[in-house]
Amino acid sequence: MTILVVAEHENGAVAPATLNTVAAAAKIGGDIHVLLAGQNVGGVAESAAKIAGVAKVLVADNAAYAHALPENVAPLVVELAKGYSHVLAPATTNGKNILPRVAALLDVDQISEIISVESADTFKRPIYAGNAIATVQSSAAVKVITVRTTGFDAVAAEGGSAAVEAVAAAHDAGKSAFVGEELAKSDRPELTAAKIVVSGGRGMGNGDNFKHLYALADKLGAAVGASRAAVDAGFVPNDMQVGQTGKIVAPQLYIAVGISGAIQHLAGMKDSKVIVAINKDEEAPIFQVADYGLVADLFEAVPELEKLV
Amino acid sequence: MKVLVAVKRVVDYNVKVRVKADNSGVDLANVKMSMNPFCEIAVEEAVRLKEKGVASEIVVVSVGPASAQEQLRTALALGADRAILVEAADELNSLAVAKALKAVVDKEQPQLVILGKQAIDSDNNQTGQMLAALTGFAQGTFASKVEVAGDKVNVTREIDGGLQTVALNLPAIVTTDLRLNEPRYASLPNIMKAKKKPLETVTPDALGVSIASTNKTLKVEAPAARSAGIKVKSVAELVEKLKNEAKVI
Repeated sequence: MTILVVAEHENGAVAPATLNTVAAAAKIGGDIHVLLAGQNVGGVAESAAKIAGVAKVLVADNAAYAHALPENVAPLVVELAKGYSHVLAPATTNGKNILPRVAALLDVDQISEIISVESADTFKRPIYAGNAIATVQSSAAVKVITVRTTGFDAVAAEGGSAAVEAVAAAHDAGKSAFVGEELAKSDRPELTAAKIVVSGGRGMGNGDNFKHLYALADKLGAAVGASRAAVDAGFVPNDMQVGQTGKIVAPQLYIAVGISGAIQHLAGMKDSKVIVAINKDEEAPIFQVADYGLVADLFEAVPELEKLV
Repeated sequence: MKVLVAVKRVVDYNVKVRVKADNSGVDLANVKMSMNPFCEIAVEEAVRLKEKGVASEIVVVSVGPASAQEQLRTALALGADRAILVEAADELNSLAVAKALKAVVDKEQPQLVILGKQAIDSDNNQTGQMLAALTGFAQGTFASKVEVAGDKVNVTREIDGGLQTVALNLPAIVTTDLRLNEPRYASLPNIMKAKKKPLETVTPDALGVSIASTNKTLKVEAPAARSAGIKVKSVAELVEKLKNEAKVI
């Protein structure tokens, strides 16, 4: 049994999500190979070779794979997949974009966002916004799976010594082209990897008031998230959204400020170790999942909290 | 150009679902059903393309039980021109749905196919990408902006770090993200008119589509419940608890 992990990388480094995905592969068992597709990824390949437990790194370095366009990357993965028992990718926007295309080309069903490995062919995954957990068995020759990164502890980024092998195949479908991107700038920790997350909702009132959360987050070394209401109201950019349709986080501490706790928001954060809710409405559903609830005006409580931590 | 929109009948997003006692699935008896929210956004985008004169005809399709006709009628009331129901058992896997949609695409030859990015019941986020693979079309997933320009469509996508724009050759597949648009409501006169619009029913067999799956759901369980928390009286007490009891700061 050999498992192919499609690596996620950005800015010349392996993304943390790849380490969680390798951890899921290790639970399945067997040799783990990592595929690195992109342009000028030589340096990334070296760091990928050091990931604990990886036996081989396949490097597909080609202009066609820049920006991970699925029309080009999926045929590459399909060509390689035939020799593998499993193909895994993290359930990031890239993984979600590419892997179903791979699965359909292989004529197999995909299993999305697994949170645990029961055996080599059986996995658990949340459905209905996390309100039910399904156990799914795959009879596919090649099992195509995306991994919810918060479900698996990352493997060590150092300590491995995998062989690096170049893959010559160049697939350029010529159907799509990268035009540009607009990335949100932030020096705070990445939302999905942060140990502490402070999130604001509609109760923040406006975008300017998020400064109270930024101040608290900086003191705690935390990332700042938001509910859909805060994003839709234009308080903060959409990549800060936590929930069923945004990012899934499971930090040690999640502080929800001015968030009522709709089903869709809970789907993105209810696996956090400790949840704190600060809300002036004591009937808010968020208090049903909070370990510590404080019924108070956030504009008084948050600055005070910032002073005390 | 012709636009095809796929819609799914799902449990209403406000319903708190309950897992059946025998762990065979979730209990959907007597539960309110609606059009998947992402599909509503897909219908809205198609209607706006028609209003701009870009789209000439909107065909809406659903793969599911006979009751999915309700959701197709809703889409017709919102502005779709005609509907196709591929009548099949409930809870098909994404690949089977993608295959059925591929057969419809072959027949209808749309220039643009719009789907939601995921259905809020299975949370798979697969069908659009799979349909793109089967048809060989380019895909613009998680779209927050769609602009048709000549024989291409520019799609701005919501990605993890922000936004990305790609140019796709037509015909293409687009899946909608939440911020693409604000769906409209169907007016009563339009709901009445929608009853007269054509709705064709076919079966997967007639389309020559296999609905076999390589996945089998063994059981469905309720998630582990969180133990009840406490309410603290002051910020000072909260900080004390976080430091000494939970030890997270």
